[in-house]
Amino acid sequence: MKEQIEQIKENSIKELSNAKDLKELNDLKVKYLGKKGELTQVLKTMGTLSTEERPIIGSLVNKVRDELNELIENKEKQLKQIELNQKLEKEKIDVTLPASKNKRGSKHPLNRVIEEIEDLFVSMGYDVVDGPELETDEYCFERLNLPKGHPARDMQDSFYITTEYLLRTQTSAVQARVMMANKEKTPIRVIVPGKTYRREDDATHSHQFNQVEGLVIDENITLAHLKGTLEVFMRKLLGENTQLRFRPSYFPFTEPSYEVDVSCFKCGGKGCNLCKQTGWIELLGAGMVHPNVLKMNGYDPEKYTGFAFGTGLDRLAMFKYGITDMRYLYRNDVRFLTQFDQMDT
Amino acid sequence: MKLSLNFVKDYIDLDENLTVEQIAEDMTNHSSEYDEAGKLINATNLTIGLVEECEMHPDSDHLHICKVNVGTEVLNIVCGAPNVRKGLKVIVALPGAKLPGGIIKKSTIRGQESNGMLCSMLELGLESKYVDEIDKTGIHELPQDAPIGEDPIKYMELDDEVIDFELTANRGDLLSVLGMAYELGAIYDKKVKSIDLSHKENNENINDSFKVKVNTENCSIFTAKKVKNVTIKESPNFIKSRLIASGIRPINNVVDISNYVMLETGQPLHFYDADKLNDVIEVRMAENGEKLTTLDGIERTLHDGNIVISDGKKAIGLAGVMGGLDTEITENTKNIIIESAIFNSVKVRKTSNELIRSEASNRFEKGLDPNRTYMAQDRACHLLEKYADAEIVGGTAKYDTTSLEDTKIEVKFEEINRVLGQNIPEKEILNIFRRLGFTYEITSNGAIVSVPKRRIDISIKEDLNEEIGRIYGVNNIDGILPALPMRKGSYDKTTREIRNKMIGLGLNETLSYILVAENEAKQFCKDENESIKLLDPMSEDRSTLRNSMIPSLLNIYKYNESRYNKDVSIFEIAKVFNKKEENYNEEQHLAVLMAGEYYQGIGNSKNVDFYIIKGIAEEILDYLGYKNRYSFIADSNKIAKEFHPGQSAVISVNNDIVGTIGKVHPELAKNVYVLEINLDKLLAKKVGKMKFKEISKFPSVNKDISLVVDKNIESQELTKQIKKYAGSKLSDIKIFDVYTGAGIAEDKKSISFNLVFSDKDKTLNDEEINEIMQKIIEGVEKSSGAEIRKG
Repeated sequence: MKEQIEQIKENSIKELSNAKDLKELNDLKVKYLGKKGELTQVLKTMGTLSTEERPIIGSLVNKVRDELNELIENKEKQLKQIELNQKLEKEKIDVTLPASKNKRGSKHPLNRVIEEIEDLFVSMGYDVVDGPELETDEYCFERLNLPKGHPARDMQDSFYITTEYLLRTQTSAVQARVMMANKEKTPIRVIVPGKTYRREDDATHSHQFNQVEGLVIDENITLAHLKGTLEVFMRKLLGENTQLRFRPSYFPFTEPSYEVDVSCFKCGGKGCNLCKQTGWIELLGAGMVHPNVLKMNGYDPEKYTGFAFGTGLDRLAMFKYGITDMRYLYRNDVRFLTQFDQMDT
Repeated sequence: MKLSLNFVKDYIDLDENLTVEQIAEDMTNHSSEYDEAGKLINATNLTIGLVEECEMHPDSDHLHICKVNVGTEVLNIVCGAPNVRKGLKVIVALPGAKLPGGIIKKSTIRGQESNGMLCSMLELGLESKYVDEIDKTGIHELPQDAPIGEDPIKYMELDDEVIDFELTANRGDLLSVLGMAYELGAIYDKKVKSIDLSHKENNENINDSFKVKVNTENCSIFTAKKVKNVTIKESPNFIKSRLIASGIRPINNVVDISNYVMLETGQPLHFYDADKLNDVIEVRMAENGEKLTTLDGIERTLHDGNIVISDGKKAIGLAGVMGGLDTEITENTKNIIIESAIFNSVKVRKTSNELIRSEASNRFEKGLDPNRTYMAQDRACHLLEKYADAEIVGGTAKYDTTSLEDTKIEVKFEEINRVLGQNIPEKEILNIFRRLGFTYEITSNGAIVSVPKRRIDISIKEDLNEEIGRIYGVNNIDGILPALPMRKGSYDKTTREIRNKMIGLGLNETLSYILVAENEAKQFCKDENESIKLLDPMSEDRSTLRNSMIPSLLNIYKYNESRYNKDVSIFEIAKVFNKKEENYNEEQHLAVLMAGEYYQGIGNSKNVDFYIIKGIAEEILDYLGYKNRYSFIADSNKIAKEFHPGQSAVISVNNDIVGTIGKVHPELAKNVYVLEINLDKLLAKKVGKMKFKEISKFPSVNKDISLVVDKNIESQELTKQIKKYAGSKLSDIKIFDVYTGAGIAEDKKSISFNLVFSDKDKTLNDEEINEIMQKIIEGVEKSSGAEIRKG
C-alpha cells in the first residue's frame, strides 16, 4: 500500500507540473483528491489494514494530500498569473494615439495684459473701475479742462453720436466720474482699463483700441509719487532693469505733463529696430492732475493734489508676446487665438 | 518746427563743443522732443572748382571730359551734365566724398579717367522743392566770384545743422527762433541777445492816407506799416539758407523777408502790393457764399465763420491763413503794406482745417504775443531797408485791444516742492525763474513772478511749478511710492471668473469691434430698442453700435471659415448699446459662438449641436449660482428671426429673460450655434449660496421609468411634474433616453428617466418606493397624459 501511495504521489506531481491551464489543474485535483479520487480511494481501503499499519499509512496519505494541495495551490497561482498576463497583453493600446478632449480654450492676449496690470495695482491698494464707453462730451472733454474749441480736441478725432454723446476717446473720461462720485474725499486710487475709440484706422492705429488709466488723489500727492509708481508699474511689467525717462509734454488735464519713455526691452537701450535706434520706447502719458480738473470735479486744488497716467494696452500686449501686427489683435483668427492657451510665466 | 542752429545762434551763444545731438537730447529732457537732428547738407569732401577745359567724350554723345582746377591740383573729371562748360565755377565731390547717394571713387568712364564728380544741389541731398531747374537737369552753377578750393557749403552758407522738433499744442512760443533761444537760454543759463529793429522812417505818416478798420471781435490787434520803392531781387545767402533749413522755399527778397521774420518772431506777416489796395483795410467776418481766390490760385467759397481782410469792397485775404491773389507781391511790386495782426485762434484753426493749412495758420492757432506783433513790423522794416532798398513810411496804422503787460503770478516755495515731491532750495527756484527770463519780487514765503507775454502758455501757478520741474529736470527727481493706507484693491472678479470658466470649457476668447454695419446692428435682437448710429462714420461697415454681440462673433466665424478654420468655439465679454425712448443704454454681454467639432478624439469626436451649446450655458449658469433657477423656453414670439425657429430658446432666470440660445438660421450660416446672455441683467439676480447639505448615511435606491407622451410635450415640463409628484424623497432625476420609432405611435415619444430616491434617516424599502412610483405614474398620466412604456 505504501508503494501504491508513493506511486500516486509520483504520478500526480508529474501530471500537475505539466498542467497547462486552470481547467486541467482542476481536473487533476478531482482525479487525485476528489471524492472518487485516487488518494481518497486509498483511504477507503484503510479498513483492511492492521491497527499498527493504519496510523502509519493514514499519516502518509495525509502528508501526501497536504503536499498535493500545496502544489495545486501554487500551480493555480502560477497559472492565474499567466492568464492575467495574457489578458493584459491583449489589452495593450497605442498610448501615442490622440487624446479624447474638448477644444482648447484660450485667453485673449489683451485681456492677459489687463489682468496682469489689474493684479499689480490691486495688490497696491488700487480699485479697478469701469466707465461708460458711450460717454458724454462733458466727461470726455469738458470736465478734463478741454472746453469746446480747444485745439487738443483735434488730436482726438472722435466718433460722435450726437453733439453731446460720443464714443470715449480716452479712459481719462472716467477720472471725472470717480472724483464726482467720491463725496467723502477719501484717497482715490484707481485704474481704469478699457476700450477707447478714435476716428483713425491704419497699420498702427485701430479705430477701437485699449488704454489703462491710473488716478491717485489725496493731500500731498507729488510728482515724485508719480515717478515711483510708474517705475514699479513698468518694472513689474517689462523687467526689473527697465529705466524710465520723463519728457515734458502737454495734456490739458495735467500740469505738469510728461510723456514717459522706457528703456527698450529688446536691446536694453543700445538701439535696435524696435526703438528705432533711440534706445527708448514711448509708452505712457502722465502728469499731475490739473487744478482746473480738480476744481471742476469737486476738489479744492489748494488742499488736494493728484497724479494721473495712461498707456495704450494694444502695444503693451504686442510687446509682451512679440505680436508683429496690431491687426492680429482684432482679426480673431483661431490660429492666432489658440496660441495664447497656457499660463503666463 | 525745424530749428536752424545758425539762425538761433544769432540770439544766443552756445558752447562750441555742444553737438546738435546733445542739444536735441537736452531739449527732449527739458522741453520738447525731436524727430531728427543733424546737418542740413550731409556731404563731405567737397570743394569749389573751375572748369578750365571741357571737351566731348570721344565715345559718348553726352559725356564731357573736364579739367577742373580745385586749387591744389587740376583734376580730370568725366561729367554728363548738359550745362557743364569751360569757365564754370562748380561744386566738386573729391574721391572719398560721402554724398547721400553714396561714396565717390576714382573711376574710369568709357576709357577715361574720372577723379571725382561735379554735383547738383540735388546730389548734395537738398530737396527738389528748394532747387531751380538748372540743378534738376544739370550741375549747380556757382557765381563767378566763388573762391576755388574753398568749401562750397560754407560759401553758400548752407553749413547749418537742423533739429526737427515735435512741439506740443501749448508751446506756440517755440514756433519762433526767439522762443527757441529763450528755451535754450534757460536750459544752458545763457542770455538771449536783442534783435535789431533799427530803421529810418520818412516824413510821411501812413495814417494820413490809410485807415485800418476792425469790425469783428475775432481780431485783437491789427497793425499796418507802409514801405516804398522796394527792389525785388534774390535774397542774400543767409536768408535763403535759413529758410531752406526751416523748410520754407525761398522766392524773392521781399517774400523771403516776410517768412524770415515769421520764423524769427513767430508772428506771421502779410505783405500787400500797396498799389493794388484802396486806402483802407478792414477786418470782418466773411459773408456766406463770399468768394476769394487765394495766393495758390484756388477760388474759395467762404462762410460767416471765416475771418477775412477786405479792401473796403471785397475780400482780399483769408485772415491768418492765406492772402489773396489780387494783392500779392509780384516782380513789379514797388510799394508794400505790411500787415502784422492777431486773429482768433479757434476761428483760424477751423478755417485752416476746412480750407488749407499754412505756416501762418499753425502759429495763429497756438496763440501769439502782441509785443511780437509790433516787433515783427519793425524787424520787417529793418530787413526791407537793408536788403530791398525800401523807404519806410512813418507811423503805424493800428487797432489794438491787447495788453502788453507781463502776467503776474504768485508762487510759494513750499508748494512748489509739495507738488514736485523734492526739496529744491529757494535760491535754486529763483535762479530757474531768472534763467527763463522771468523777473520776480520775493515775498515772505515765495515770489511774485512776472511772466512775459511771449509765454502765453503760462497763466496759473501750476504752470510755474511745471517750469521749475522741467528746468530742474524731472529725471533728477527721485521716485517714491505714495504713503497711503494699506488696503486690498477691488476688481470685477465675476467677469474674470466667467472668462476663466469659458476658457476651461474650451472656448477661445475674442476681441471684436463694437461698430458694425447698420443692417447687422439689430440682428439676433427681439426688442423694441433702436440702434445707435455714428454721426460721421469712417465706413458703412462700421457705422452703427451693435445691439447684440452675435453679429460680431458671426463675422469672426465667417473670417475663420473662409480660411478653413472649421472648428470655431469662441466667446467674448463686451458691451452692446441701444437707444430706448431717447435714453442711451450700454450693457455688458457674454456671447458664445460654436461651430464644427467640439469634442475631439478617435471615436469620440462630436460636432457642435444645440445640446452642446446648451451645456455651455448651463455650466456657466450653474457656476454662477443659478442652479435650478433657470429654464430654456422655446417661444417663437421672443426669438429673433435670425435664429432657427425650431432650435432656439430664450434663457429665463428667476422667470425673467436674460438671454437667447440657438442655431443660427440656415440662411445666414450653416450649423452655427450661438448664445448671448445679458450679464448686467443676470448678475443682478439673486443667486443660490454654496452651502453644505447633510449627505444621507443610508444607501439610495435607483429606479428607471419610461413614459410615453405626446411629441410636443417638453421634457422640462415632464421632469417638473415628476419632481412634483415624487416629493422630497426624490434626490436626483436624469433623462437617459428619448425614443421615437417602432413600437411608439407616430405622434408620441418615449422619455426614459433614471430616478434616485433616498431618505436621510433610513433605507427606503420596496413598499415605500412603489408607493412613490405609483403616485408619479398617476400624477403624470393626469397632468400630461403620460403612459408607462410597455415592452
